[in-house]
Amino acid sequence: MDKFEFLPDDFEFVGEKQDITKDVVAPAKPFWKDALGRFFKNKGSVIGLVIIAIYVILAIIVPIISQWNYAEINTSLSNISPNGTHIFGTDNYGRDIFVRLWRGTRVSLFIAVVAVVIDVFVGVTYGMISGYFGGKVDNILQRFQEIVNSIPTLVVLTLLLTVMKPSLTTIIIALAFTEWIPMSRITRAQVLKIKEDEFVLASRTLGASSFFIIFKEILPNIVNQLIIMCMMTIPNAIFYEAYLSFVGLGLPIPEASLGTLVNDGSKFFLVYAYQMIIPSIALALLMLSFNLVADGLRDALDPTMKEM
Amino acid sequence: MDKSMLKYILKRVLISLITLFIILTVLFIMIKSLPGSPFNIEKMSDAQIAVANAKYGLDKPMLVQYGMYLKGMITGDYGVSYNLYKDVEVSALMGNAIQISFMFGIVATIFGTLIGMLLGVVAGLKKNTIWDTLTTIISVLGVSVPSFVFALLAVYFLGYKLQLFPLQYSTRDPISTSVLPILALSMSVIANVARFTRTEMISVLNSEYMTLAKAKGLDGKTLIFKHALRNSLIPVITILGPILVNLMTGTMVVEQICGVPGLGSLLIKGIAANDYNVVLACAFLYAVMYVVIVFIIDLSYGFIDPRIRLGKGD
Repeated sequence: MDKFEFLPDDFEFVGEKQDITKDVVAPAKPFWKDALGRFFKNKGSVIGLVIIAIYVILAIIVPIISQWNYAEINTSLSNISPNGTHIFGTDNYGRDIFVRLWRGTRVSLFIAVVAVVIDVFVGVTYGMISGYFGGKVDNILQRFQEIVNSIPTLVVLTLLLTVMKPSLTTIIIALAFTEWIPMSRITRAQVLKIKEDEFVLASRTLGASSFFIIFKEILPNIVNQLIIMCMMTIPNAIFYEAYLSFVGLGLPIPEASLGTLVNDGSKFFLVYAYQMIIPSIALALLMLSFNLVADGLRDALDPTMKEM
Repeated sequence: MDKSMLKYILKRVLISLITLFIILTVLFIMIKSLPGSPFNIEKMSDAQIAVANAKYGLDKPMLVQYGMYLKGMITGDYGVSYNLYKDVEVSALMGNAIQISFMFGIVATIFGTLIGMLLGVVAGLKKNTIWDTLTTIISVLGVSVPSFVFALLAVYFLGYKLQLFPLQYSTRDPISTSVLPILALSMSVIANVARFTRTEMISVLNSEYMTLAKAKGLDGKTLIFKHALRNSLIPVITILGPILVNLMTGTMVVEQICGVPGLGSLLIKGIAANDYNVVLACAFLYAVMYVVIVFIIDLSYGFIDPRIRLGKGD
């Protein structure tokens, strides 16, 4: 170290780069355009979106145009392995699995989407009231929420559906009952953060009512988080529906959902493996696609949110 | 431990107890309103049903029944099974079931955490390589695919097609018959832990103290093992609690598929048979586990990572 000295060729002239300090200003783009651009750059989420689109299209048209009916029992056609006429084979009652699969997807998607819409409605209202008014109201609402939240979801779902007979409506009600909590928590946290901001104060100074502030000032600022949450809740709802069918609390026969199909298939799956494997993969692929899209949306809409 | 910490703990214990009491009450009301009767009505005469109801105290008003149940519960008496296992004490039934379920949960968590950490660390260190891609694929699959689908596929392919492991759990050979259910259960643990570890690892590797350590001239081994690994693995402990809770309830269906006589299958059997005491005890136990684990996690945050301090409001 003591005898260190620079030699002439240690340094080199970089040339007269005059533009070295020039700032490149990105052109201003509307937020949504920017977010869409980021979303479509993510290969995984685009694939997910395409798969979901294919699912939706097939779920709508296959049960309409197919020559087979999802509910019609024909024991002379039972347990046919996949072939040309029955692409995915038939089940124990001779029903075409291809048609039942898409009919089931339709029902599963319907349940999930309706349940999530109710979740958003209930959760957002709850979280807004709790976060905005604060104090005693917040305290009571949060204690209630904590209690509901401290019973494991699967136990609540199982008991709720045992008390109410399983049907399309009761399954949706039960799912909505358990899934609104995360939605309300996120809303409350965001409201607590935003309600102290200057623009809310400005609005209040101008004489805006609480109702106006909640829906016109705060809600638009948390829409992003809500969209992300929705996309994360849909695969959960599909999973819970499948779980319920598996426990024997699913839709009554002859109705099909992805869960009931996996459950039916699992009864004889050592003999007729395709009856279990096909719906299982269909279910897994759908949930996977929703998760991929949710990941992409999170990165696109809220770059500050940490990955967990 | 200072005074405010003690106060916080006491407050949390009190809230947890009140929560559990409310849960028990709600569960009791729900279970009493279950459709059907625990007895085989078709084969019994009215007089026989009345005798059976009187024997178990089911003829009394609901409030009295609730009082009796609470009184018994404090002394560790959870009533008897009505029809599933005729007149066997529920506490005896539960004892066995809990042991099995808990064993499965713990083993799956440990196994899944080890594999998940390994994958996460490798992926974090070798970012954007084939290992990283592989880990991402495994974690996305593990998060998305339900555990019962894994269980079914594992039983079919590993158990039936390849004949590697027995299909159904049996107490005679608990080790080799547990492989499939534990494998299916640990998939989601692997996925969550790998994903989390990878994120932590990358953020630690990009941190300024790592640059400093590198600038000081530490060699690669010390750098990774002493600085990066330690700091990125500690936060993983914090997500183990929720994972364990999820696993405990997630075992329900996997237990069904693999024929494991655990808490989940007991609950499901109890519901199917209208065996009130069994259902109540199982559901309540799940709630207790959940509340206790959440409580422990909340407390452990402060000990594991001193940077996390309790908020003033609490």
